[in-house]
Amino acid sequence: MIRIIDMCKEYRMGDTIVKALDNVSLHIKQHEFVAIVGPSGSGKSTLMNMIGCLDTPTSGTYYLDGKEVSKLSDNQLAEIRSRKIGFIFQSFNLLQKLTALENVELPLVYQGVRAKERHRRAKEALESVGLGERMHHKPTELSGGQQQRVAIARALVSNPPIILADEPTGNLDSKSGEDIMKILKELHGKGNTIVLITHDNNVALQAKRIVRIEDGKILQDRGVD
Amino acid sequence: MGFAQAFKMAVKSIFSNKVRSFLTMLGVIIGVGSVIAAVALAQGSTKQITDSIQGLGTNLIHITIMGRNSNRNVTYDKLQEFAENNKEEVTYIVPQINGNATVKVGTKTRNTSLIGTSPEYEHMMSKHPQAGRFLSSFDIDYMQKVAVIGTAVANDVFEGKNPVGQKIKIDGQVFKVVGVLEEKAGGQDQSDDDQIIIPINVAQRLSRNSVIRNFTVQASTPEAVDSVMEKLNAFLTKIYGDENAFLVLNQAQILSMLDDVTGIMMIVLGGIAAISLVVGGIGIMNIMLVSVSERTREIGIRKAIGAKRRNILIQFLIEAIMVTGIGGIIGVLLGVSIIRFVIGSIDLITPVYSPFWILFSFGISLAVGVVFGMFPAYKASKLNPIEALRFE
Repeated sequence: MIRIIDMCKEYRMGDTIVKALDNVSLHIKQHEFVAIVGPSGSGKSTLMNMIGCLDTPTSGTYYLDGKEVSKLSDNQLAEIRSRKIGFIFQSFNLLQKLTALENVELPLVYQGVRAKERHRRAKEALESVGLGERMHHKPTELSGGQQQRVAIARALVSNPPIILADEPTGNLDSKSGEDIMKILKELHGKGNTIVLITHDNNVALQAKRIVRIEDGKILQDRGVD
Repeated sequence: MGFAQAFKMAVKSIFSNKVRSFLTMLGVIIGVGSVIAAVALAQGSTKQITDSIQGLGTNLIHITIMGRNSNRNVTYDKLQEFAENNKEEVTYIVPQINGNATVKVGTKTRNTSLIGTSPEYEHMMSKHPQAGRFLSSFDIDYMQKVAVIGTAVANDVFEGKNPVGQKIKIDGQVFKVVGVLEEKAGGQDQSDDDQIIIPINVAQRLSRNSVIRNFTVQASTPEAVDSVMEKLNAFLTKIYGDENAFLVLNQAQILSMLDDVTGIMMIVLGGIAAISLVVGGIGIMNIMLVSVSERTREIGIRKAIGAKRRNILIQFLIEAIMVTGIGGIIGVLLGVSIIRFVIGSIDLITPVYSPFWILFSFGISLAVGVVFGMFPAYKASKLNPIEALRFE
């Protein structure tokens, strides 16, 4: 599903060149539930941007679903993001002016799905995260946990092969965080591939595999019992 | 993503920020509104002048004396002599002195326009008396203080009594009313009925201005106009010794001069319109740039979940076009109501609604949206999604 080979990413900070990723190779198979952990500045966000096709590497190759995506243009990357990846962010990143339903519909809008179909699928996705009742509310009228569930519904709605969650519990109280993790586990149970990025070991332990990254290098890659 | 969807998003964004959107539109509203109103005013007044000139017939030639040399002057007598010598081609030569006068009957007074002319004026301008008679050659020969009055004057100062045979004071001198002119149809244009006509030489004395500066010559046929003009030029050059001391113009020339004036007026209007629309456009660009940077995060989110550059570009472009388009529509409404309620309330001018200019200025407002929305929209579409998502 995800195959990263010898990936490097360098940033220029003034005169010095910072290696955010240093020869990283990673293979994630379908139906895996992987947690990528590491302290801040370790390169895990950069890795997430790479996996999420938000950025292109300085060197190395990246095959996503059998297709090389490391050298695609902006627009081609947008297309890949639209079809293959569902994002869940730490700060939810919902559009404040749209209702929950409209937020969930948005990825389908960019895929060119017709309004009726869009509506039906968005409704289904919201119901699957237990928010069928609140779909006409705006994000400001929802609690943090509910907002994150809307974001999950948005990530699910286009049936992407990979769900990429960047610190999904970071902005939530422990109870809501547990709820979100429960939903992610359920999704994994249903056959979704999930990549979770976190700095929290307790969260990471709920995944099936933990990849530890530090200073741009993979330090440890182990399964969880 | 279809246009309908982009449209919906634009509407949402515009209406969620009503005050700002309205202020942004204001430049376009004022620009479009003022263009439409100004064009209606200009075309209305031009049409009125053109109509009244054309109404006089095609074979008229106007002479205007500009020279200040009072020793050499063409007099009514000399021109009559000219008419006599060119009987074949010249039907009438009519002198004209225009001015204003205060008329008084009993205690009623009124300001009106005064025309000093000769009896032929009646036929040349088709101003016939409805009661009494017009001026006669006897009145000229013996400098009779007689007056033919328009209906507006008659109704006002004589208050319904028959004015014919009555006395009337014009600038303090007593005249006898010999006729009342027919009322001109329409009634809107008061100037034709609000006048008083007296013999040319009496008018000369009354205004203490012995020089007659305006003559109207009627050629016998439209074909004779050119040859009569040539002869008049030769005749007047001989008297004044200077071709620049007078002006001989026919209807067509006057109309084309008028066209030139109208053309210049339109260019000036166009310039003002262009400037105001550019200013409006810069305002729109400014606000759109602010809006793009305010919505950086939104753009980042949209890009992360699959929006292509084109989607973002179209979204912001349509928003800009809609702002200017709505501004254009409001501007058209504003312009039309200015025509209807402001210009329409001035009796002198009948405004002309010009569909071309209305559509044109609306089209320009849309174009302003495209031109000035392009840069902010392009900037939005170029945003890097990672940085945009990090933006607070």
